[in-house]
Amino acid sequence: MRAFVVALGLILLLGSVAGGFTVEEEVLFPPAGQPGRELSILSTTDTDVMRPVIEAFQAANPGIAISYTVANSQEVYAAINDEGKAFDLVISSAMDLQMKLANDGFAAPVRSALSEALPGWARWQDRLFAFAQENVVLIVSRKALGAHQLPQTRRDLIELLRDDPGLFRGRIGTYDPARSGAGYLFATQDVRQSDSFWRLAEVLGGLSPRLYTSSNEMISDLKHGRLVLAYNVLGSYAGPRLADNKDDVVVELEDYTLTLLRTGLVPRTARHPELGGAFLDFLLSPNGRQLIREKAGLPPIDGAALFASPHLRPMRLDPGLLVFLDAFKRKAFLDEWESALNRK
Amino acid sequence: MNRASVSLRLRLVLQLLGIAAVLAIVLYFTVRTVADEAAEATQDGVLGAATLAISESLQGGDDGVNVDLPYEAFSILGSISADRVFYRITTGDDTLTGYPDLPQPPKTDAAAAPVFYTMPYRDTEVRIAAVVRTVLVARKPVPVMVMVAQTRQGQEAIAQSVAQRAAAIGLGSFVLAAALSLLTAGNVLGPINRLADAVGRRGPQDLRAVDHPTPVELRPLITALNGFIARLRGALSRTETFIAEAAHHIRTPLATVRARAEIALRQSNSEETRETLRAVIRAVEESSRSAGQLLDHATVVARSDRLADEAVDLARLIAAQSEAFAPTADLKDLTIRMSVEPVVVQGDRALIEAALRNLIDNAVKYSPPETTVELTLRRDGAAVVEVADRGRGLGGQGTSRLTKRFARGENASDVIGSGLGLTIVSEVAAAHGGRFEIVDREGGGTCARLLLPLA
Amino acid sequence: MRFLLVEDNPDLSQSVAERLRLDGHAVDPAGTLAEALDCLAAASYDLILLDISLPDGDGRDFLRQERRRGRDTPIIVMTARAEVSDRVNVLDLGADDYVTKPFDFSELEARCRAVLRRRGAALQTVQQFAGLVFNPLNASLSVGGEERELRNRELRLLEILIAAPERIHSKAQICDRLFSYAESVTDNAIEVYVARLRKKLEGSGARIDTIRGVGYRLIAE
Repeated sequence: MRAFVVALGLILLLGSVAGGFTVEEEVLFPPAGQPGRELSILSTTDTDVMRPVIEAFQAANPGIAISYTVANSQEVYAAINDEGKAFDLVISSAMDLQMKLANDGFAAPVRSALSEALPGWARWQDRLFAFAQENVVLIVSRKALGAHQLPQTRRDLIELLRDDPGLFRGRIGTYDPARSGAGYLFATQDVRQSDSFWRLAEVLGGLSPRLYTSSNEMISDLKHGRLVLAYNVLGSYAGPRLADNKDDVVVELEDYTLTLLRTGLVPRTARHPELGGAFLDFLLSPNGRQLIREKAGLPPIDGAALFASPHLRPMRLDPGLLVFLDAFKRKAFLDEWESALNRK
Repeated sequence: MNRASVSLRLRLVLQLLGIAAVLAIVLYFTVRTVADEAAEATQDGVLGAATLAISESLQGGDDGVNVDLPYEAFSILGSISADRVFYRITTGDDTLTGYPDLPQPPKTDAAAAPVFYTMPYRDTEVRIAAVVRTVLVARKPVPVMVMVAQTRQGQEAIAQSVAQRAAAIGLGSFVLAAALSLLTAGNVLGPINRLADAVGRRGPQDLRAVDHPTPVELRPLITALNGFIARLRGALSRTETFIAEAAHHIRTPLATVRARAEIALRQSNSEETRETLRAVIRAVEESSRSAGQLLDHATVVARSDRLADEAVDLARLIAAQSEAFAPTADLKDLTIRMSVEPVVVQGDRALIEAALRNLIDNAVKYSPPETTVELTLRRDGAAVVEVADRGRGLGGQGTSRLTKRFARGENASDVIGSGLGLTIVSEVAAAHGGRFEIVDREGGGTCARLLLPLA
Repeated sequence: MRFLLVEDNPDLSQSVAERLRLDGHAVDPAGTLAEALDCLAAASYDLILLDISLPDGDGRDFLRQERRRGRDTPIIVMTARAEVSDRVNVLDLGADDYVTKPFDFSELEARCRAVLRRRGAALQTVQQFAGLVFNPLNASLSVGGEERELRNRELRLLEILIAAPERIHSKAQICDRLFSYAESVTDNAIEVYVARLRKKLEGSGARIDTIRGVGYRLIAE
């Protein structure tokens, strides 16, 4: 259903308001002190990931209750764009949709010393701010790979797949761009970065890849031996989950590795925009960054790390992200993907 | 304030500042306008390029128009400023993709070249580029319009920074112009000040024509000034001649009267006639003295605001006066005793001489016969001239009363004198920044003391 | 004494001349500088009385010119004192003294005497009476070779009396000549001076005789 809506494109999205958006989870964190104002956050990030950060924020700001609503990125987008829901802060890993919300004027300006101190690539105007940078990686089961060398580039990967099709057939995972927003974003960004993506798609097409809608499923299947490798997996999920397992490795491809920015914005419809801004500031503060890294397991914004690793390519927060949201563009891309995958 | 009395410098500076201010404002607006236009032209260039790039991706076909938005088109827009971007692609009134509420150009006959227009959109104002392309759909030409819009915050930021810089430039040029105008005013007015100095420095007697190098513009003033000086010189010389003539014409007949009276006195034996003749002689003597003192006083008044500044040897001056008065004193068997040390003061010799003459004249006049008038000159912080006599004293009157014009000591009604004498001394002292006092003297008589600042 | 009086005003000239003659002086009046030069060419003078403004020139020019020519006749300038610096000017130009019009004849005479004394003039002014020799110029009285100093008023009193010995001078006449007109003196004031002079005349054979209620006269014993 979601795929259908996206396939129809923006025009339909803008025009059709199909009732309320779908919520996966809604948790209320009561205030640490006397009850006061309530900060409402709409997020794509799981509650458990954000819980330590939320509790630390409440400890620092007693009297603030927080309602934390989790939904998938399309629903998050629809809640603001279509329904004008009054959330104080919107957190999403779907950079393109966040960018579109900001571009289309749904974000209120936020000005603070911390937000203005962010590097230029980690924010757009004073509307959209990144608080975590997550690499999009290749995960490989070394045990299943056997004598083969770990691929370090996409060229290595393509050659590896061609060399031993028997090993990989039916045992390669990647996102289904038609069904997953994240998968679509990663794939379109791949196309932006390099033509080799289409060659990879063609090779994948010949190996009957398994298509997923979440990184966690791919990581599970790899751990359970159902996959030899999975392409375009969120490193922030893969890293901790594969850390105790020496057989499965996370590979940041050296030709380039996309970096996804998890962003937040304060909607114009916010009831307490100052609370939304305060929480955003907390995410960007040294204390907040430390919590994000150590408790939430997400890599906070770190310009130095980026500089030290030249293969990392943060996806650019600019109107270019809007291009692939265009209905024609999406259709054209998915048609191409389909045909690349099915070329025998 | 009277317009004519406003300082020339002030007027010049104000006018120059006014011009500088106008120029600074013009500069500011010019820079702003140019910068605004340049910023808009830059934005238009990028918008136009993006619009054309999209229009080139339009494809016809049997199942309608297809668009493949080039990623670069939008990325370029994002590269010049972090502005919001909107787009819309239409055939007729049908929106194929993009933002269906994006306003179309005011004139719909858009040609192959992009047209640009600024419109309010959503919560802001956008700059829009629109271009029309014809695409074959089912072998029929269909016009497709591509519109790309961008908010103007980047342009406004540029304009604002340019405006600030323009304001700084305007202010800077104004400050510079202000400094230069002060300098210019100083330069322009310098010759006037120098001329004023040159004329102001002149001594009281200096009535030469002004021959100071001056700019052409000041020549009429110099000519007028010289004309005035010439007239003044003429008037002064006529006045001097007149006074001299008047004195001559009055004093000569007076002298005749006195001589005749004395002759008659010698020849007459009638006591009544003799008394009358004595009265005549006294009257002549008094008018003569008054005329002398009036002349002295007029001289003091005339010169005290433009004192000559010369070295005056007081000892010599006192000696000369003492000698001049000696025969007169001798007639009363008066002794004039001098005790002077060499003292030189800076001042107007003629006035100091008049003061000394009046002082000694007074002493000789009020001294009883066979007494001594003592003239002392010493240096005691100031030049101190003392004229001491054994006259009748002050009778309890102070210096200020005695030196009031035409006041005469109460007990001197039988001694000829106009009363101006001490006034003259007091005024000369004041004109030189000195002091004059009269005190009763131990053992009778008075001591008149004239103090003048040392050179 | 012989005066040359250079004065263009005929009234004044005549009066001054007449007044001086009363004291026994000889006076030649000159109305112009040219006349003055003629007089100077014809005779020698003890003293020149010079007015400043004359019809044919300025007295100061005459003064300067005559001094330059080497004429050393004493000159007293009669000024109308038109300006403060008049006097200084004439002294610098070679005048011996100046008097301001209208002048007191006693003063003029005193000044003349002072000038002549300064110049060390000839002794033709010495007068003799009985046993006294009197030189008014230096105020000296000599009795039998003994010099006796006279004060100014004693001198002038003696001068008045000796000019006309034996003649009776009234107290009033003497007062007028002895005292300034500005002074108010009683007739008795004269007695002081008469007494003093008598003392100085002692032993000279000359004596001041009191004519009670009339005046005094100088007689030889």
